[in-house]
Amino acid sequence: MTKAFRNDAIAKVSGTAKYTDDYTMPGMLHAVPLHAPVASAKIKSINADQALKMPGVLKVITAADIPGSIKFGQIIKDYPTLVDERILSTGDVVALVVAESRAQALAALPLIALELEELPGLYDSEAALLPAAPLINPEHGSNICNYHCVRTGDIKAGEAEADIVVEQDFTTSRIEHAYLEPEGSLCHLRPDGVMEVIGSMQHPFSTRRFVASTLGMELKDVEVRTVPMGGGFGGKDDTAALVCARAALCAFITKRPVKLIYSREMSMRESYKRHPYTMQYRMGLKQDGKITFVKVRMVADGGAYCSVTPWVTWRSTVQCCGCYEVPNVHCDVYGVYTNNIFTGAFRGFGSPQVNWAIEQLVEIAAEQLGMDELEFRRVNMVKQGSCTVTNQVLDTHKVSLAEVMDKVLKEIDYETKRKRCSFGDPLGDKWYGIGFAISYRGMSLGAEGVDFNSAIINVQPDGSVLLETGVHENGQGAESAMILIASAELGLPVSRIRYRMPSTSNIPDGGTTVASRGTLLGGGATTNAAKTLKGIITEALQTHMQRKAEFFEAGNILDSTKEVICTWNEAIRLCYSKQIYPYAFGVFQAPRVSWDEATGHGDAYFTWVYGCQAVELEVEPKTGKVTLLNLVAAHDVGKAINPDMVKGQFYGGLATGAGYGLFEEVALKDGAVVPTNYHQYRIMRATDMPEMTAIIVENPDPTSPSKAKGIGEPTLEITAPAIANAIYRATGQRCPDQPIKLRKL
Amino acid sequence: MITVNGVNYEIPAELHARKLSDWLREDLMLTGTKIGCDIGVCGSCTVLINNEARRSCKLKLKDVEACEIVTIEGVSGPDGGIHPLQQAFMDAGAIQCGFCTPGMVLSALALLIKNHHPSREEIRQALKGNLCRCTGYQQIVDAVELAARTMYHNEI
Repeated sequence: MTKAFRNDAIAKVSGTAKYTDDYTMPGMLHAVPLHAPVASAKIKSINADQALKMPGVLKVITAADIPGSIKFGQIIKDYPTLVDERILSTGDVVALVVAESRAQALAALPLIALELEELPGLYDSEAALLPAAPLINPEHGSNICNYHCVRTGDIKAGEAEADIVVEQDFTTSRIEHAYLEPEGSLCHLRPDGVMEVIGSMQHPFSTRRFVASTLGMELKDVEVRTVPMGGGFGGKDDTAALVCARAALCAFITKRPVKLIYSREMSMRESYKRHPYTMQYRMGLKQDGKITFVKVRMVADGGAYCSVTPWVTWRSTVQCCGCYEVPNVHCDVYGVYTNNIFTGAFRGFGSPQVNWAIEQLVEIAAEQLGMDELEFRRVNMVKQGSCTVTNQVLDTHKVSLAEVMDKVLKEIDYETKRKRCSFGDPLGDKWYGIGFAISYRGMSLGAEGVDFNSAIINVQPDGSVLLETGVHENGQGAESAMILIASAELGLPVSRIRYRMPSTSNIPDGGTTVASRGTLLGGGATTNAAKTLKGIITEALQTHMQRKAEFFEAGNILDSTKEVICTWNEAIRLCYSKQIYPYAFGVFQAPRVSWDEATGHGDAYFTWVYGCQAVELEVEPKTGKVTLLNLVAAHDVGKAINPDMVKGQFYGGLATGAGYGLFEEVALKDGAVVPTNYHQYRIMRATDMPEMTAIIVENPDPTSPSKAKGIGEPTLEITAPAIANAIYRATGQRCPDQPIKLRKL
Repeated sequence: MITVNGVNYEIPAELHARKLSDWLREDLMLTGTKIGCDIGVCGSCTVLINNEARRSCKLKLKDVEACEIVTIEGVSGPDGGIHPLQQAFMDAGAIQCGFCTPGMVLSALALLIKNHHPSREEIRQALKGNLCRCTGYQQIVDAVELAARTMYHNEI
């Protein structure tokens, strides 16, 4: 067995890894938030007199105390650090109590008297679209947070050409990220005037922007340092950044270090969820199986604030027909404001919803044509040189959709096993089903925004190496991947390379570690920095030793005949003695992408990945209980930098994807999150999961300097529809709505 | 008296109602014990009490009077270094964000103390009370299997 590599493994397995709540500072105060009791109201007054009389309480902080901007946001600045007058969601924070201890702060919380004028709330995204609906965010001018479309070909011609038309509506669930560590932050104002921030957040640079905006400071005056984080999955962006901004606000006002740690209850109440979608699909087909058109309307419930709804729904727009060639497309996608808890980034980011629909729809279509689901997919799936529905030609990398599908179906023996499916056999005491789903996915941010990253390789005089990048360790093993890439490029053992816990004041803003872009962008920057560094060393050897370096291997530098010129350490000593710094800054700029908002056309992403997952399961006819028996997945990752961690991404994505299909759902009542903790929100347990098989497919990507692509998100975007397809073959029931609820059997 | 990782602590009466997890984290600074839900559901705060895996957020100090407690900081191998179970977690790729890891290791250790050769199903049952959102549990089950082989290879 090969051994997995992780630079943080010893600390994490021995309990010495320090997460945000594990840090303390002398003189540290504790803050707790007061959440809005209702989803829609006007604040008439906040009276903290009684709370301030409680032992240990120093301050009750409200929006009036904010020195900078009350509202911030990554796209639309509509998200309040503290609400000043209008409550829009039960996740809103009205005040912060700061006390000597957390217990004292919590004790004072119920004594803050809020005088509210309750207003009617809007909790249905379709109702929010009606012309008479009151505006949730009046300054936005509409309850449509954003709109995207695709207009490709001629939809009328597609309709006319179709022999058969299938129509189906689908809905998806609002689900919780359920990272094991709730949000938290510890901030202090340094003597040099810098607000120093640590926190459980995914995006140090985004957090810095939130903190700076709240405090009215420049970015140079806020330093976010990273510490180990207990899971994010996209969920520790806006909310987590605001928790940091609130802690920083308290530290700024009290001039003492302040820790703000969320309980699970606070986290579930306030943190954003995955967007629930409603989707109406209409698909036209020729008798030979070719899709002639797709017409689709999607509505995503964004909740009270914008967050990244325009980007999430943009991915759904680009990938609105799944991984199929469709000549005529008419797609409308709306992100909508409601008074529900807001929704935002969640591993998958707009594709799990679309794939839920499309991967069931193609099977419905195939069945109506009397064609098998394999053949139907083979006829319509994108191939090398195919044109996507947004008019992007897939020719910059290997299109491996057929390859991943074939590998999974062979591994699970799909064609044999599909004959055994029960289809609700009235004589069966257990129903067996097998199903699969396929997808493609645009890598990284695409036309969402600027997409570049940097790395610093700073070789010390003893030859040891400090490496840092603009990528954040979310738990996925980003730092380990960066070390492995540098190790391979420089020909050094991993033990000689330390990933330096970066700070926002040292490395340039590399954007957020999202969109499965960590290994691709950070790895690209690391590769480029290593190449620059090798150039510096090569030049030094040429100038001062008149030797031409060709290879960096096993701690040596070799010429073209593989003769050792000198050791790595000797080369570094030479550099320092000749006043040359073995220091390199590397940048990877994502290749150009394009997007035309009016037509929905463009080269949306610079490269794509392909995946297939299959599942075997059993359904108990009497109870409807579903037991997963087997999960097999194949994903093209370009190049596997750290194979065990790549597999970890497979398994984790499959587990969350399975829960998404089977039972996860955040129920809301009048906009408020009903489950308060894990006892009311079930996630997959060890006994719920079957054994899994991860098939890593590697087609090195020419657009990626490290040849690697991403794997975080592809793994959980097709598990749920694969399960739905298997349940259909077990029970004979289609499952257009999440979570899967079987009709009386 | 309570013994934690081999050290004895006298517990004054005013601490009897103190939550074990808070006492470990705040008074003894043993922050390897994590708080994920604080209601005894997620398993992040698991410790060994007389070699049984228990949730420290559900216990008061008076509940563990005269008990031997082992936290993640107290887990070590025969030579004082990394325990073979911890090494197996590292080798099998069972660690991602690491927040569930201390609790997972301790639940697995409680199992391996009792059952030297657990099946994968028995391992899953023993870890049922420990939530993990990162790994899908597969490599954690691999790790516990691997540890059993390393720790008790002479029994096979």
